[in-house]
Parts: sequence; structure tokens; C-alpha cells
Amino acid sequence: MEKIDRRIIFIFIGLAVAVPFFIPFGFEFSVTPPVQKFYDAIESLPSGSKVLLSTDYDPASMPELYPMHLAALKQLFSKDLKVICTQLWATGSPLAERAFREVGVKEFNKKYGVDFVNLGFKEGREVVMVSMGESIPKTFPTDYHGTRVEDLPIMQGVKNFNDVAMIVNISAGVPGTKEWVLQVQTRFHIKLASGTTAVSAPEFYPYLQSGQLAGLLGGMKGAAEYEKLVGQVGLGRRGMDSQSVSHIVMFLFILIGNIAYFSVRGKKKK
Amino acid sequence: MISTEIIGTWLAAALTLFVFSFLYKDNPFYKFAEHLFVGVSAGYGVALEFYNVFLPNLWKPLTGGDLILLIPFVFGLLLFTRFFSNIAWLSRWSIAFIIGIFAGIYIVGYAQGDLVQQVHANLLPLWQGNLFAYIHGFLSSFYKWLTFRGSVLVWLEYTRNFLLVVGVLVCLVYFFFSKEHKGVLGAGAKVGVWFLMVSFGASFGYTVMSRMSLLIGRVYFVLGEWLRLIH
Repeated sequence: MEKIDRRIIFIFIGLAVAVPFFIPFGFEFSVTPPVQKFYDAIESLPSGSKVLLSTDYDPASMPELYPMHLAALKQLFSKDLKVICTQLWATGSPLAERAFREVGVKEFNKKYGVDFVNLGFKEGREVVMVSMGESIPKTFPTDYHGTRVEDLPIMQGVKNFNDVAMIVNISAGVPGTKEWVLQVQTRFHIKLASGTTAVSAPEFYPYLQSGQLAGLLGGMKGAAEYEKLVGQVGLGRRGMDSQSVSHIVMFLFILIGNIAYFSVRGKKKK
Repeated sequence: MISTEIIGTWLAAALTLFVFSFLYKDNPFYKFAEHLFVGVSAGYGVALEFYNVFLPNLWKPLTGGDLILLIPFVFGLLLFTRFFSNIAWLSRWSIAFIIGIFAGIYIVGYAQGDLVQQVHANLLPLWQGNLFAYIHGFLSSFYKWLTFRGSVLVWLEYTRNFLLVVGVLVCLVYFFFSKEHKGVLGAGAKVGVWFLMVSFGASFGYTVMSRMSLLIGRVYFVLGEWLRLIH
């Protein structure tokens, strides 16, 4: 057992991920309170409100974050909310454009500049956040396409965080949710909800408990639960069977490995 | 006519398989994909910073007459003095400026957002309402849990604040190194380790889920978008 080829484990994991796509197991999952809070926070906003959506992630985190990005846009547009999108990660801008095309334009027939806008990427991390608290148009004088923000109807009357009803952050790391909490939520007392990768989610539970975060989506599981609430079938829900089966396989390998380890150690002691 | 989208999909699929080939063993295909990724990332980063940051934030306003931007421009140039050992010390001015700005922003953020808010969030009542009602509720839910008629969650709901406060205190005890961990302090530190282990376990579980999600994303791409075996 100690000399088992690691490639055998890779094959099992590969099968555990691939097979459920062909033979769905239909594992049930319920919506957890952090996800419900995320959904409710957006639902509580009056129609026509402006929401700042900061999509701070790159293509490497797409399987976890893109499904929740799409689902968030679906909920925002179905509530007829106006979306002002920014990115603190350079490679996040094309993903924001793609998500707007898929949901905003194709599904909801929303108009660029009126119902949504992509202000693009700005270098400066926390400095950008604090600067937006003073003036969003000064921090982002032009949008992603080079249009001056004062020429965009959606940006009329938007000066700083006081003019947006809520911030939704989709985050893969730094700068991301922690920075939005520390630099913006606490300082400007604005409602903030976050969707993050699973690996960083445990770090943010204290902020949820303290009320600094209005809701939290953690990884693909969080995305799947949120898709369920929004009524969307995306990669989050499609991937949950693979997620569950692969976890079972890993659990079994850990169990077998430990049994083998302790039995060998017992024999050596004898 | 083959569209650019199809070419892109085939290219992405080929590179995905090249990277996965490392699972068998290191090979030239993996090396090629790795080097390509590093090169493209670096090139993309430089081009993006030049067109999205340098030109709109500095060069265009500066050449348009906004002379105050000469200050950050000079500071930026000073950073490049690190390449010349005799004047490398000049770069410290820029670095000092950057560190000063970020230290100021971070201290305020952490003090307000982490220290004060998190301490405040842990100043909780250990039980809700009447103490006797709390003890009764706790014991009855514990009984239900033991007899498998209730739910663990109900029991946890009663003990949540208590566990949170105790957990914070014993973890703080564990990280208190000014006195040897013996007696009450030792017992507290030991319980603190259990709490830390539970949190590490939760973090590891989330990490596993995160990594599996990335694999699921790639497998979905290969089977769905490339091979079109699933819809």
C-alpha cells in the first residue's frame, strides 16, 4: 500500500470527476444561511438602485467564480438594478465583458451605458478603493471602452459610494474581499456581499458573523446553492455531482491510507 | 471556414492536455505549455500595464499639460535606478513613498475593520434570555441529539456564542508565550490546539474543494466545449 503509484489515484479522481457528467447521481444539496443572506441582500434592494459589482478574479478561478458571477448578474438584472462594474485584477476585464454579453445583452436585453457599465481595471489596489470613496468618476475617468464616464447615462448622479446601494464583490484573492471589508465597508458603512474561491472562504466567515459581510458564497458549492436560488443551471450545479463523488473517493483513499499506515506501524512494533 | 473560436478551443484543449500530461511524468509537451504560459502572462501583463495604466494615468495627462504628474513620473523613473549600483540608493525614495502610503492605508483599515470590529463581534452574551430557560433548552436539545430525535444544529445553536467566546480565549492562550504552558494555562492551550485543528481541517476541506473545482472546470471544458460529449 505504501508503494502505490500516485497515478492510480489520479485515474480514480479523474473518473470521479468525469463520470458524473455522463451519469448524473443527482445528489441533493440545501441552501446554507451565508448563501441565503447573499441572495436576500440583493433581493432587498429597490428596483432601479445602482449596485457596484467588483469582479476581482482571473481566468484561473473561472470554474468557481464565473458561475456565481453569471448568477449574480442574473439576479441583479431580474431585479432591474443598474450595474456598475469595476476590476482590481487586470485579467478580470475581459471576463466581465463576456458575462455582460451572456447575461445582460443576450438574456435580459439590457443596454450598455444605461443599465450596466464596465469601468474596467485600475491599478492601485487599496488606493483605488479609498479613492472611489472620494470620487468614482475621478478614479475611473473613462470606461473599459474609453468612453468618458460623464457621457454615460448610468453614471449620472454617481459621485462616490453614497450613490450606490450595495457592493457585490467576486474575489479570487488579493486585492479582494478582505480589502473591500477593511477599506470600504468599515470606513464608508456600505452593504457588502462577497463571492469567493473556496480556498479563501474560511478567512471571511468572521466578517459574516460580525455583520461586515451581508452574505458569502464560498467556492463551487456556494455558486451551486446560489444558482439554485436564482433558478439557473450553470457549472456550479452541474459540477456538484463530480465534486461530491471526488470527495468520497478522496475520503476513501485517506481512510485506506490511514488504516494501512497504522496496521504497518502495529506490525513493526510487534 | 474555421472560425477563430474553434481554433481557440482546440488550442486551449491541446494546452490543457499538455499540462495534464505532467500527471504521468514530466515531458516536453508540459514544458512547452509551462513556458508558453509564463511568456504570454509576462507579455500580457506588460502590455496591459502600459496601455491601461501608464498611458491613461500618466503619459496622456502629462503631455496634455497636467504638470503635477511630473512628481509621480520622476518617482517612477527613480525605481529604475536599481539597475545601476552607484545610484541604486535613489530608488529608496520611491519605495519609501509606496511603503508610507500603503502602511497608512493598511493601519487604518486593519484597526477599524479587523481589530475593533472583530473584538466587538466577540463581545456576545453566552446565552440568550433567561438562564434557566437556556439551560433547559440546552439540556433538552442535548437529550434530543443523544436520542437521535433532534438535530445537532439545534444543539450547536444553543452553544454557538459560548463556543465562539471560549474558542477565541483558548486560542489566545495558546499564542501567549510569556509564561510556560503548565497547569491552567497548559490546559487552556491544549483546548486551543483542538480549536485550531478544527479550523485547519475546515480550511483544508475548503482547499480540496477549491482544487477539485478547478479540475471540474477543465474536465467540463474538454468534454463539453471541445469534444461536445456533454451538454
